[in-house]
Amino acid sequence: MERSTLNLWVGFFVLLGFGAFLMLAFKVGNLSIGASGKTYVVVAHFDNIGQLKERAPVRSAGVLVGRVSSIHFDAVHYNAEVRMSLDEQYHFPTDTSASVLTSGILGEQYIGLDAGGDDKMLKNGDEIKLAQGAMVLERLIGQFLFNKAQDGTTTKGAEK
Amino acid sequence: MIVNSVLKGVRVVGDRTLKIVERVGATVAFLGLILVNSATSLKRPSLIVREVYYAGVQSLIIILVSGLFVGMVLGLQGHETLQKYGSEESVGVLVALALVREMGPVVSALLFASRAGSAITAEIGLMKATEQLSAMEMMAVSPVARVVAPRFWGGVLSMPLLALLFSSMGIFGGFVVAVVLIGVDNGAFWSQMQAAVDFRQDVVNGIIKSLVFGVAVSAIATFEGYEAPPTAEGVSGATTRTVVTSSLAILALDLLLTAFMLKGWN
Amino acid sequence: MENLVEISNLNFGYGQRLVLKGINLRIPRGRLVAIMGLSGCGKTTLLRLMGGQLQAREGQMRVAGEHLNHLGRDGLYRLRRKLGMLFQFGALFTDLSVFDNVAFQMREHTDLSESMIRDLTLMKLNAVGLRGVHTLMPSELSGGMARRVALARATALDPSLILYDEPFAGLDPISLGVIGQLIRRLNDALGATSVLVTHDIQESLKIVDYVYFVADGVILAEGTPEQIRASTLPFVHQFVWGESDGPMPFHYPAQPIQPDFGLAGRLS
Repeated sequence: MERSTLNLWVGFFVLLGFGAFLMLAFKVGNLSIGASGKTYVVVAHFDNIGQLKERAPVRSAGVLVGRVSSIHFDAVHYNAEVRMSLDEQYHFPTDTSASVLTSGILGEQYIGLDAGGDDKMLKNGDEIKLAQGAMVLERLIGQFLFNKAQDGTTTKGAEK
Repeated sequence: MIVNSVLKGVRVVGDRTLKIVERVGATVAFLGLILVNSATSLKRPSLIVREVYYAGVQSLIIILVSGLFVGMVLGLQGHETLQKYGSEESVGVLVALALVREMGPVVSALLFASRAGSAITAEIGLMKATEQLSAMEMMAVSPVARVVAPRFWGGVLSMPLLALLFSSMGIFGGFVVAVVLIGVDNGAFWSQMQAAVDFRQDVVNGIIKSLVFGVAVSAIATFEGYEAPPTAEGVSGATTRTVVTSSLAILALDLLLTAFMLKGWN
Repeated sequence: MENLVEISNLNFGYGQRLVLKGINLRIPRGRLVAIMGLSGCGKTTLLRLMGGQLQAREGQMRVAGEHLNHLGRDGLYRLRRKLGMLFQFGALFTDLSVFDNVAFQMREHTDLSESMIRDLTLMKLNAVGLRGVHTLMPSELSGGMARRVALARATALDPSLILYDEPFAGLDPISLGVIGQLIRRLNDALGATSVLVTHDIQESLKIVDYVYFVADGVILAEGTPEQIRASTLPFVHQFVWGESDGPMPFHYPAQPIQPDFGLAGRLS
């Protein structure tokens, strides 16, 4: 085969392969955020993170603004220290609150950010003070039953 | 009597095991030899370009067609199952994750082993049987550097590209079945896929897998060809061994890599 | 005259079996020497030892000024730059064209410009009468043409020693004569020395200067073609005149014939 035809085919093949790579990266995958764009890190301490995983999404008003970068157990405060990388184009006030939420009933867990009203914005390495952990179903039910039972005893006591 | 035949059986198992270990060791040693002798072909890229043509471009049709079919089947089966849970839109997620993480690298590597791997083994084996390798040796040119290394690198470079094309084609096939034929919502199909497929965790890991498979298949194919007995039966036997050994190696490596990737590398 | 190949007391074997026993051989520069013998007598092994493809077990070997006994990989490649070898069926590279086959060593070992390589290659092909086929692939050549192209390739870098492994095997009478004449002409034109391993006695006696006869791993006879033709040694005589029976028996050693045919009882 002619050298130039061969080169042409190989060039075509390589370009096709890169095209596939770009499609997988941008159309199929989510390279638009987190992986390539610049990010800054904020920390939050939760008493319970439920099923939250590393690389779980961080959303504000339902929009993806970052990802959880690491989860550690804080041995001093006995709670979970969660670091998240937020996209640099989004800024949040220092009194923003973070909570562990669940998408749908059985869906994955993510962190929801609710912006506060402060003038100062969170910087790299800052901590989100207002952090609410995950709802744990057993505790909710336990609390509900406990409240019911307490209601029962107080009403009975009143009847006496 | 019984003790003797049991002992004989155990000895056969031992023999076979040792032979397999020996063969794996020899292949790895050969891989080292290729790497040491790679300077020539890396300095003369035209040698590798030629092999990318024979290993990659010539496998293009089978890879694209198989990818399309596999993606369509995944779309059909995925839709069938997900329908029961009322989450038809997730079919895109299923197709994309299955392809990018597993089917793309693994199936394209299996196809590559039987299409290009066997051809490499047969070509090198025949060059050996017709004394072309000895002739090269007598011209003071190392056959490992001039014949084996370019074919090895051609295979290693082609494999990830083929896997990427396989996955893309498969996702397109899934799209055709789910969205065009069945009528799943187009927007939901792509958006759910984008939300679920992670670039680093899924796409890059898939590429890493296909690179590892490319190294394994190319090393096995060149090794079997180079070590083939220089006869017609020897070469045909080596070709069969390439396909069998490569397939086993691909599946075993896939298990290892998947375990590491899911658990993290530490 | 200076000897280009000197072999003394050479022993070589595979495992327990000795293939070559106490070989002594001297080939002066510029000569065309044939090593003859029956199939499997060890003559090809001897050729491979000269090319450094095999290592001698005992004895001294000096080829083109290099001592083969303690030659590392670099030394071996240095030696082979001075050698050309024609393999039994040519061993042309099937993935390269005729032109690229002949140009192969120039591209691998020299920094010549592409136009220079082109001129040299076409000259080499012209010397074997095949300049017209330089664009073809080896698979498109006849056996005799392939052998001539291989000859052009073996002499591409003007080697000082050319080794021929069965150059006449499987050729028609005309190609055979052509190859024979080419071997002689190239040897004289290049001022090279040639070693020819063959069992084609009639063709080689026409062209060579000297003949060594190998049988059972030892040199049985040696001499000029005239001496060989006139030899009274029974084995040489049988070989030269192609007689079917002689010191090389027609029958492979076997047990007496009677038991094999169940005749034992009746005949005796």
